[in-house]
Amino acid sequence: MKVLIAVSRDDIAPRFDLTVEVVIIDVDDGVVFPEPRELLLSEPSGDELCALAVNEAVDLVVCGGIDEVHYEYLMWKKITLIDGVVGPYREALKLLADGLLAPNAIVRAAAQ
Amino acid sequence: MFQNANLSNLLDGIPHAVVLVDKNLSVSRMNRRAEALTGRNNDEAAGIPADFILRTSLHPFPDYFKPVLQERQIVAHEGDVLDRNRKIVSVRFSISPIESNSDDLLGAMVILEDLSLAPYLQEKGAGSDGFDGIVSLNQKMQEVGEQIPVFAGTDASVLIEGETGTGKGFVAEKIHHASKRSGYPFIKVNCGALPEPLLESELFGHVRGAFPGAENNKPGMFRLADRGTILFTEIGDLPLTLQVKLLTVLDDGEFFSLGSTRKVAMKARIIAATGRDLKEMVREGRFREDLYYRLNVLRLRLPPLRERVEDIPLLIDNFVKLFSSGNLAPHFDKDARSVLLDYSFPGNVRELRNIVEHAITLSHGETMKREHLPEYLLRGSEEDKYASIWGRGQKTDASDAYGDGRNRSTKWDDVEKEMIIEALRKSRGKRSEAAKMLGWARSTLYRKLKHHGI
Repeated sequence: MKVLIAVSRDDIAPRFDLTVEVVIIDVDDGVVFPEPRELLLSEPSGDELCALAVNEAVDLVVCGGIDEVHYEYLMWKKITLIDGVVGPYREALKLLADGLLAPNAIVRAAAQ
Repeated sequence: MFQNANLSNLLDGIPHAVVLVDKNLSVSRMNRRAEALTGRNNDEAAGIPADFILRTSLHPFPDYFKPVLQERQIVAHEGDVLDRNRKIVSVRFSISPIESNSDDLLGAMVILEDLSLAPYLQEKGAGSDGFDGIVSLNQKMQEVGEQIPVFAGTDASVLIEGETGTGKGFVAEKIHHASKRSGYPFIKVNCGALPEPLLESELFGHVRGAFPGAENNKPGMFRLADRGTILFTEIGDLPLTLQVKLLTVLDDGEFFSLGSTRKVAMKARIIAATGRDLKEMVREGRFREDLYYRLNVLRLRLPPLRERVEDIPLLIDNFVKLFSSGNLAPHFDKDARSVLLDYSFPGNVRELRNIVEHAITLSHGETMKREHLPEYLLRGSEEDKYASIWGRGQKTDASDAYGDGRNRSTKWDDVEKEMIIEALRKSRGKRSEAAKMLGWARSTLYRKLKHHGI
């Protein structure tokens, strides 16, 4: 399963339409493949991010808040969404691999 | 820092969303309006950077706090936030420092003033068109318009009756915005949209551990509405057990969240809306008589569009202006206009609005002709239209709630479902094409697919 995560440094970006960084990664059978691709957009654009998700044939998008228009567009493109997620994206990925990541989850950083 | 319990009442008394942040810009406390806006409660949000909870357009977020935290200035910025319903809401952020008695900086207070309310307030001040923004030459509708400010002046429950698409939600919102509660939330609850246990939790909220899966405290609609207004749409669909609970809340003015032993005061005003004949439902034992009379303190009945045909040209012009982007609004030619004037609009004003939007989209700013109208309007006589939409020559049952010959349109929900299926069949399952055929935005089609369980 190909996953796109809208990020802001180490965290999931608070807003999809204002995101410039994305991580694309494969997650299969509970395993997170080790080499994520990190992409930087020239400017924040929800439309560009949607186009990227479609062109990359992403199966699932993990993001913070997403506005209704982009949410429905991705749903229409049959891309699953887990939105409203807050917290460090690597921890969120672990939860995702374990099948435990739900919309609106608040993910806490793992204790050091 | 903000541990004083009295702070809650103080913050809840402010008619805007308020968030207190510490020096690291993490959330320390939110008032109820902020909880309603963000969909997060205080327990969840505490300690999390405010930007991640508020989801603002202020970027980079810390830069906006520099003059506040470094120079102790009060600043204001306009921007937006993404709310719990995935809507972008325009707000004015007022950020001020919070200092201790000994002048130590404790953090900052962010007040978020909802600017989307501004047009309502301006309209109220200007008294725009004599009866509060309702477009009508019809006497019954003008009476409704005159009743809105009267109803807004009281706290009594209101029951709004009318077919689908007649504007029950619109009128309820008008009453709210014209009332002294307008600075507080307007919360809409669709009683028919959720299964009973979920609806109960949505209304009354729950505490952590109240039932399996309740991992956090949830405030519920009654608490989120605070001193605002709650609109119960499709009140006739409210299950009998919840009817009893709602009646108890209305009588006692307080309620318990699920799993909690602490009573919470209910301060919101109740407006109920229905497309059904509640009196008939009371007779059949499907709706509690005591609740009916409790809700029916003030009553409004919105006439269907076929009873206010004089308004159709007015509404057409109004929607054309609304959906035209340029200064020169396109117009319908004589032929297209006569198709519209001959149509019975079972979906009422909402259907007319959708048809105008459809025609404007297809005409690309040129004169709107017959071919720009949705196809189902052009299928010969009305009987043919219904026969072809329904495909089985089926008309309706005898549940003519108002006894005014509206039997066909009381089944509008069924007609709409069949129209969607027909459009999907014709487009071979392509939803964007189906949406185009129906004259709807894709998002509207998705919502309706969900509503009809297609």
